Amino acid sequence: MVVEADIQNAVVELLRRTVVKLPSDVEEALVRALDAEVDETPKMQLKAIMDNIKLAGEGNTPMCQDTGVTIFYVTLPRTCEIDVERGIIEGVRRATSEVPLRPNAVHPITRKNPGDNVGDGMPYMNWKVGNNDFIEITVMPKGAGSENMSQLAMLTPSQGVKGIKEFVLSTVLRAGGNPCPPMVLGVGIGGSSDICMKLAKQALLRPLDERHKDPEIAGLETELLDALNMLGIGPMGLGGKTTAIGLNIEYAYCHTASLPVAVNVQCWAARRGTVRIHLDGRLEFPTNEE
Amino acid sequence: MTKRLKTPLSEDDVRSLNVGETIYLDGVVYTGRDEVHIHALEYLEKGKPIPVDFKGAALFHCGPIMRKVGEGWEVVAAGPTTSSRMNSLEPQFIEKFRPGAIIGKGGMSQPTIDAMKQHGCVYLAITGGAAVLAARGIKSVSGVEWYELGMPEAVWILNAENFGPLTVGIDTHGKSLFADVNAKVKENEPAVRERLGLKT
Repeated sequence: MVVEADIQNAVVELLRRTVVKLPSDVEEALVRALDAEVDETPKMQLKAIMDNIKLAGEGNTPMCQDTGVTIFYVTLPRTCEIDVERGIIEGVRRATSEVPLRPNAVHPITRKNPGDNVGDGMPYMNWKVGNNDFIEITVMPKGAGSENMSQLAMLTPSQGVKGIKEFVLSTVLRAGGNPCPPMVLGVGIGGSSDICMKLAKQALLRPLDERHKDPEIAGLETELLDALNMLGIGPMGLGGKTTAIGLNIEYAYCHTASLPVAVNVQCWAARRGTVRIHLDGRLEFPTNEE
Repeated sequence: MTKRLKTPLSEDDVRSLNVGETIYLDGVVYTGRDEVHIHALEYLEKGKPIPVDFKGAALFHCGPIMRKVGEGWEVVAAGPTTSSRMNSLEPQFIEKFRPGAIIGKGGMSQPTIDAMKQHGCVYLAITGGAAVLAARGIKSVSGVEWYELGMPEAVWILNAENFGPLTVGIDTHGKSLFADVNAKVKENEPAVRERLGLKT
């Protein structure tokens, strides 16, 4: 039987794997980017990124010092009697000293840092109940350099698809070299202001090589990505062919009078990881197998 | 062309650099980001002593992951943070403390470029997120000041050896690689807009 300590252990291991190694779709996209670049400067930036990924794996070390704030997506089985929330909180606390993670979570006004990534509202958990007989926990450790470039626009319905494209383009232009390009873009369309921002972040959980199931949305993903890569911002904003290595869109129905659009900007270190905790205590890491 | 320089940097060293050159650094490198800039300028205004001497120094926009080992510290991961967050404070910081180099990512705005030209300071770009690679160039840690600001915001005193590669992103002649790229992006924008069916 699974107990709270199993959740803790699973979360520590999940965070360790996730900050050390990128999902294969992201790494493959970076390799393709290095192959595509011609000029010396972007090549040198991508080469440093590839060397860094290798060193992080060999040393079992976080690839980037910004291990983000801990935002989780949890799917519980229909019956679950253990305190998963407490297991996650204690797991984060332990991972901060054991992995280690950088203690990033501070009070928003006093800026006081408790040193363990735990405070009011952090770690943050998105809860769902599913039909599986395991607990599934996904985490996206995301740096502030990219998160700070994210934006929401409450468009009017008449602005339509053109308005969406305008907003994505202006967000990328404003971001420039700041979010550690080559970036990944998560775009949320519809819902309400809060749902739209969540959709944009959740879009980043989908593998980069998987298009949206709705062909029209899939077409928009490809069209936007191809166009944005003509800008020439390049790796680290130092110029080059690769400004973004992926663009995913998620949508939800919205009010007839609104058209919310959100862009969540992600860096090249597009870390995400999932653990499945089976009721017999067995752990599975579908995104970060070792 | 690759150059190897030792900190503290002389004004001659700094003024000899040009954008696009690749640099490796030896010697002390101080970390300092948002809170260090705010703190140092506040201390100066109040006449309180600053624990380190930034003159000719390399100031690294970095909030590292550090691990306590016995009485000392070791670097786990130490990549750059986004320099543009320091845009509003950097010109004043350069004027008052006269560092020789700012190391970071993403570049900085025109007032900083102007301050660098006037006071003799360069901006060295290091690959963002490549924190393990960067940590390899740090051989030891001499200490930490203002630790109460928290691990990411403190001043870490790092001993660098062959730290890099660093690309000169802004030089003392008023040139900026980032401004050059921005100009090219502006040139490319109409074609992007046309491709997306937007008004150009």
